[in-house]
Amino acid sequence: MRWLLIGIVWVYFLVLLVGPILYMASQSFSEGLTAFWTEISRPEALHGFALTAEITLIVLVLNLIFGTLTALVLARQQFWGRSLVSGVIDLPFAVSPVIAGFMLILLFGPDTMLGALFGQAHIKVLFALPAMILATLFVTFPFMVRELTPLLQTLGTEEEEAARTLGAGEWQVFLKVTLPALRWGLVYGATLTVARAIGEFGAVLVVSGNILLLTQTATLHIYQSYVDFNYVAANAVALTLLAVSFAILTVLEIAKARAETTVAEAGAQ
Amino acid sequence: MKIEVRGLTKTFGSSNAVGGVSFVVNEGELLGLLGPSGSGKTTVLRLIAGLEVPTSGDIFIDGKRVNDLTVQERNIGFVFQHYALFKHLTVFDNIAFGLKIKKWNRRDIEQRVAELLALMSLDGLGGRYPHQLSGGQRQRVAIARALAPRPSVLLMDEPFGAVDAKVRQELREWLIRLHTDLNVTSLFVTHDQEEAMEVSGRIIVFSKGKLEQAGSPADVYEEPATEFVARFIGSMNIVEGIVRRGQVQVGSLEFPATGFADGQKLQVGFRPYYVKIAEDPARYRQQAKLRHIYFLGVAYRLEIETPDGLILRSRMNKEEFRRCHFIVGQAVSFAVTHFRILPREGTSPSLGTESGSPIAGPLTP
Repeated sequence: MRWLLIGIVWVYFLVLLVGPILYMASQSFSEGLTAFWTEISRPEALHGFALTAEITLIVLVLNLIFGTLTALVLARQQFWGRSLVSGVIDLPFAVSPVIAGFMLILLFGPDTMLGALFGQAHIKVLFALPAMILATLFVTFPFMVRELTPLLQTLGTEEEEAARTLGAGEWQVFLKVTLPALRWGLVYGATLTVARAIGEFGAVLVVSGNILLLTQTATLHIYQSYVDFNYVAANAVALTLLAVSFAILTVLEIAKARAETTVAEAGAQ
Repeated sequence: MKIEVRGLTKTFGSSNAVGGVSFVVNEGELLGLLGPSGSGKTTVLRLIAGLEVPTSGDIFIDGKRVNDLTVQERNIGFVFQHYALFKHLTVFDNIAFGLKIKKWNRRDIEQRVAELLALMSLDGLGGRYPHQLSGGQRQRVAIARALAPRPSVLLMDEPFGAVDAKVRQELREWLIRLHTDLNVTSLFVTHDQEEAMEVSGRIIVFSKGKLEQAGSPADVYEEPATEFVARFIGSMNIVEGIVRRGQVQVGSLEFPATGFADGQKLQVGFRPYYVKIAEDPARYRQQAKLRHIYFLGVAYRLEIETPDGLILRSRMNKEEFRRCHFIVGQAVSFAVTHFRILPREGTSPSLGTESGSPIAGPLTP
């Protein structure tokens, strides 16, 4: 019975995860290493990687700042509508990214006030970088907040108060006490944000217009190559993204282990 | 430096955490704020520190009104109940934290931290992290950290609350020594009356946000100003009776109460060791039945019941106890040798300082 259960898990694991990955890897190299290299060093592919990196980096920075801020406010402040905000934060997990993208299209369309405003200022939001960043922000926003809020709640305010009694101003308290206490949570949240930002497809597809060499991210490039029957290109770029994701996952696991020992240490106190 | 608070009040929502409290902590004094949990004593400490803003009232440190100074500007040392050590910093960096904030130069910091590590018997532990220390060591690091920037006053919130009984005893003795050595004006909060008695030079007893009594441990113990203090500090028999012809009558017991009007209801308190018990029914005038004998380690506690159903506690030392041969259930005679008439709650405490004064006196057996 025991072996049967373990067997089921293995089969499931092989069929669902290992099989597809191995097959994709073999397909990427089906026309040789040179073909693989050609595909991932093609200007369209390089542009896709660069655009994905750019969006990911900007989203990461914004999430680090506003995620921490939101978590701080949620964990520390009592205000009207707090439970509403806290509940709505998970919304991006529940809403399909395509819907998220569609909402942006509606919001910044030429017929709305917001769209008209940006139009007059000659700032292109839709089918350009700003909308792609907004879409990615929407889908990644919960990660940081969900990581940091419980951490801040268990941390409490005593250490911060102790720092104040020792003469530390609010910035010093934040930089020397709060932030170091959050460090593993930040790493964890950042990793999840990056992984999700790199992989985002639906929301970005809707708002970007998928314009070659302009608004085509790496995932969009995979999709386009596949639609154009260029399977080697699709496989090669996909494998590269997969490798990056795998690396990130490894970092995440290390961070998680470290964070757990930190929590255990804190619990032992 | 001297600390003084005048009419200090703090309201949280609609409840009064601290209601108009005034007291002085003299320079170099070690003063204990004693009270049950929720009595507002921690709030008083936080108000003095500047961690809370008073609703009304004034706070003076070294004669200077500090109400408008931030916690950072008040130059106080604060020891938190659960230490609140910086978990990500070593013992050295914890102690050095305040010095770095105050921009001391590196050599001075190293010297000061080394000095404090030695003073706190923490030599060799500078490189450890808080989770690698015992409860008592963490406590000492917390005190060292608070003392490092040479604060004008040291405020401690339940400093021994989070360590076990044996370590607590050591820490108390250690704190008294430390205070004698450094002589920094110190105010600490505790709910443990024994701890307050042992450690403080003076005690302030708190209840429901109000100051009940201030005085030396002996004063507070021997001359409780209010019923609350009498009940809270040590063990006390408290009985209630009505004044008739200058005597409070409680069943067959009578306590002289000259100066009180007939018909007035009064409470009388007496410590268990002022209840003398004998096997010989003729030895004392009052009769009772022995209900329980408790062994306390250093002494015995005897619980007796009078024919009126009054239950009284008596305390007896071992030698005395061995001379008698008490059996639970037997008839005994007893007398109350000292007592106090307790002021009613809400009235101003009438202070009898000497036993034998009109409101407190010995009874002839």
